This record gives sequence, structure tokens and C-alpha cells, in this order.
Amino acid sequence: MEKKVVLKTKAIGKYFYDPLKFKVLDNISFEAYQGEFLTLVGKSGSGKSTLLYILSTMDTEYEGELFIDDALITGQKVNKLAAIRNKNIGFVFQFHYLLPEFSCLKNIMIPALKLGKYSHEEVEQQAYEKLDMLGIKDQALKPASKLSGGQQQRVSIARALINSPKIIMCDEPTGNLDSKNTKIVFDTFQQIAHEFGQTIIAVTHDIDFAKASDRTIELADGKIVG
Amino acid sequence: MKTGVNTEIALTHILTRKRQTIVAALGVTIGIAIYITMNTLIIGTNRYSDNAIFKTTPHVRIYKEDEISKPLEKDSAKIKSTVIINPKISNISKNLINPVKLLDEIKRQPEVTSAAEMVNANVFYNNGKSQLNGVGWGINIVEANAMFDIQSTMVAGDLRTLLNTPNGIIIGVGIADKLSLKMNDNISVISSIGVIKLLKVVGLFKTSNLATDKGKSYMNLATAQQLLGQGPSYVTDIYVNIKDPEQAPAYGKVLSKLTGYSFEDWKAANELFVAGKKIRAIMFTVISWAILLVAAFGIYNIVNMTISQKMNDIAILKATGFSGGDVVKIFVMEAMVMGIIGTILGFLMAALLTNLLSHIYIGADIGYFPIQFELPVSLTGVGVGILVTFGAGFIPARKAAKVDPVAIFRK
Repeated sequence: MEKKVVLKTKAIGKYFYDPLKFKVLDNISFEAYQGEFLTLVGKSGSGKSTLLYILSTMDTEYEGELFIDDALITGQKVNKLAAIRNKNIGFVFQFHYLLPEFSCLKNIMIPALKLGKYSHEEVEQQAYEKLDMLGIKDQALKPASKLSGGQQQRVSIARALINSPKIIMCDEPTGNLDSKNTKIVFDTFQQIAHEFGQTIIAVTHDIDFAKASDRTIELADGKIVG
Repeated sequence: MKTGVNTEIALTHILTRKRQTIVAALGVTIGIAIYITMNTLIIGTNRYSDNAIFKTTPHVRIYKEDEISKPLEKDSAKIKSTVIINPKISNISKNLINPVKLLDEIKRQPEVTSAAEMVNANVFYNNGKSQLNGVGWGINIVEANAMFDIQSTMVAGDLRTLLNTPNGIIIGVGIADKLSLKMNDNISVISSIGVIKLLKVVGLFKTSNLATDKGKSYMNLATAQQLLGQGPSYVTDIYVNIKDPEQAPAYGKVLSKLTGYSFEDWKAANELFVAGKKIRAIMFTVISWAILLVAAFGIYNIVNMTISQKMNDIAILKATGFSGGDVVKIFVMEAMVMGIIGTILGFLMAALLTNLLSHIYIGADIGYFPIQFELPVSLTGVGVGILVTFGAGFIPARKAAKVDPVAIFRK
């Protein structure tokens, strides 16, 4: 079966100017495929997080070109990029970044309500399904701040999934979790990639986590080394 | 649906910080209440003091200006010497020519509400040995009443008695006191040219002005004309009231052109009063805006603080697809909710304050505090309140739009 390219970079480079001009990323070109569980590894300062934020479309100051779903992303307007993220990209960070005033359910629903594709009731239904999949349906109506760290991370995964994005980007998704919760998160990612055909791009320094993924891209000094 | 989720987030923020919201809203409440009350106060007091002025001053007075004689000067080469004389008032009479026709013409103007012929006579009031000087207003008392509402100042007698009493006079209570005169007593009036007339007191009036009460009297036009040794066609002034007193300076020019005589509008006649009115307006406006500004800072402050505390929330909202505009909308909406609650309460508080003030007794002929609920000013206040809170929300909200999510996530 021919693999479909979801995300592609062409010679991406980036400089940091503070305190000195310094090239953090140099000529990064790779492709990510549909249904692939991809990890980015590398030492601290290797530029892997920087690369992830360029891929996420949030960082727009770089050279080279970024394609998502064969469409050129580089050079798009900020508001257009926000809409692209809303529709195509889900995010999971080391910290959950849930809105503390809202219930878990509302936190998950917000990106979908923003998308505006489904009615409020339909979105609520979908949010319950995601929570059920992640095994925390019973926590749905609790405020996000009342949950344990592992549960909060699962809520944030549910939030990343709500709009059925093509790509889910993660920055150290297990960096703050114990081994039990790490396992849950890993299994969930496997399921998302292999059963639902969504692409996962995760930055991690957890070697076991990376080894168990489909493919690992290693960065060193801003270059792909493996 | 897209605005729906923004609203939902804004309302959740507000509901989770009720206390701060209420405090900020109360700031606006006080600001708007003071703003509306102050402006209502200006209108009320201005209306009262204008009315007080219009009890003695017509909107426009038409009269014959004194002419100053011109010095003779060398005007050609033939005359070697220059004749210098002291300029003096050169017109003999202040008479308006054909006053009946003038009055008719003025009354036909659509802007004119009332007009009256008038002869002003400087007189001495005598009773036995005591003597008082003052001014006698020779005027058709019914027309004068239409202009100045003299009836409301009458303490004894009836205005209409003057009409059918050719030798009647209505005097101020001050004159009556000093000369110990009662109703129907006789008073001898001497004019500046020495004409003496014996008049009968048919009415007494009392204004809020002591000097007026001690010097002013109303008499028939004919009486004043006789005191000045003139015939029935002698009229010195025509008093004109128009529909909108604010237009008096402009309309005076029209009347002046129409009649060919000079005019004096009430604003020119009461410059001090007009200046006082301006000062009052400036003062009240400054105070009310200052208070409003403080309220605006309250809103600015809370929105600014909320944004600083919610950097992470803003970052994740932006990551999940909210644009800068959406984030601005969320925070402006929060400001607007506080502003609108505050403004509505302020409107009600202003209505209450106005009502309370209107029950304060001041005394004299003011009576109760001259203030009443003014809808246009109140609506302006509501508009100003909403506008100010929009600004107070929008300025800090722009900061939220500029939040760079990458910078937050990478911390």
C-alpha cells in the first residue's frame, strides 16, 4: 500500500538572534505519512522542539517550505493558520494547558465549537465518546483543575482529538507522567495512529517511548542525523 | 456558533470571578450615575436661571442706538485748518418711528412668540417727604405678562386692574414698605423732566431680587409717555420673545434688519450670567468625565490583570485555532458585560439621585432643587458608558491578541 504524505518539509532552516545569531535548524527535509507514529528525538538544544513549533504553524519565522496535506503553509496569514490548526492539528503538551474554569467536557468541546461544523449537542456527544475511549468518562463534568495529572493529560489528548485532525503534535507528552500513565498515553497514541489513521508527531527524550514508535527522527545541532 | 463559543468563554471567566466583576461594574455604576446626575443638574439649573433671567429680560430688545456726532475734519485742500469738536450724543429722541407698524411686522414673523412696545421712564416715587428712585415700565401689562410671567410674582392685586385703571401702578413690595403704601393708596411719581403724576397702587409684586422690588414699577404705556412729556406714538423699545432663546443673537440681527433699529439679545445683556453658565458647564463636565475615567481605569485594570493571569489559556486557545480577533472579542466582551451591568445600574442610580435631589428644599422662589429626570442626557450617559467600557476593554485586549503561543509553551 502506498503511503500518503500528510506533512512535508523542504529545507527548513531557522535562526535565533538572541543573544547571538545562531542557526538552530539547518536544511530539515522529511515527510510524515498518514497513520504514522513518528517521534522526534535529540539532545536538549538539538532543535527538536523548535522544529515541532514550526510544523505546528505557530512559529512562522523560518526559511524553507512546509506543506500539510499537499497545501503550502509557509507564508499564509495568521488567521488562516489558526483555522488550519483548528481543523487539521491537535496538540498535546508536557503540561495539560486545560482551562481551569471549565469542566473537562467543555475543555474538550471548545475547539470543536470553534470549528462550528457540528451542533452543540453533536459536539457534546463526540466529546463523551473521546472521554469514553480514554477511560475517563466519569470525570466529564468535574472542573479540569480537580483531576490528577494523568487524567488531565488524557483530557488534553481528548481535546486534541475532538476535531479529528490529520496530525497530532506532542511536545514531551509523557514528560510529566509516571510509568503507568505513560503506558496509557503511549497505547492511546498507537491506537490513534494505527486504528484511526491519524499521524502523530511527538517530541520526546524518553528513549523507550521513541523506540516503540513507528519511526524516529533524530536531530543533532539542528540537522537530521537519523 | 463561532461567536457562541467566544461568548461562552467570556461569560465563564466573568462568572468565576464574580466579586471582581461586581467591583468593576460598581465603578462604572458610580461613574455613569455621577455623569448623568451632573448633566441633569446643569440642565436643571440652567433652565431655572434662564427662566429667572427671562422674567426681567426679553430675548431680544429693539431700540434706537444713540448716535455720536462726528468731528468735522479737513476734507479738502482748500480748508487749511481742522475743526475739532467734542463728540456728543446727537440724536434728540430715542423714539422708534411708527412703533405700531413695527410691532405688527415683528409679530408677523414666524419665529416670534410675543412682542410688546415699551417705554422706560426713570422716576422718583414720593409719599410725603420720603422719596425713592426707580424705573417705571410703561408697557401693555397683558403682553408683558405673556413674556415675563409677572402674574407669578404678584402678592396683591390683579394685573388686569391696571388695564382699566388709567392712573394705576403696580409697584414692588420694597417700594411699598419704604413708602408705607398699601393697596389702593396714592403715590406721586416724578419723572426726570419734572412731570408729576398721582398714581393709584393697584398691585404689588415680589421677585427674588431686592433691588428690583425696591425700584421697579409697571404702569400703562400712556402713563409712562406722559411722564416723559411725550405723545402716544412715543415708544423707546420693542421687547421680543422668540421660540428658541438660544437663537436670540442670530435672530436679533434679522429683526434689526427688518426694523432698521439696533438690537440687544439677552446674552449680550447678561454676559456675566452667560459666562457663569459656561464655567458651570465646564466644571461639571470635567468632574463627571474624571469620575468616568476612574471607572474606566477599573475596567482596564481588571481586563489587563485577567489577561496577564490567563497567558496560558490564551496560548492554548490560539494553538487550538482561535485567531487574535477571537481572543480580543472574548476580553472585550468581558469588559462590555461589566460595562453594561454597570451602566444600567448607573442609569437607575442617576434616576434615584435625581429624584432625591428634586425633593431637597432650597427656599426663596427656587423652592425645590430645580432638577428633573432628563431622558436625552440619561441616554447619552448610557451611550458614553458603553463606549468608555469598550475602550477600556479593547486597549488591554489588543495585548492578548499579540500573545505568542510558542513563547508560552516553550517556557
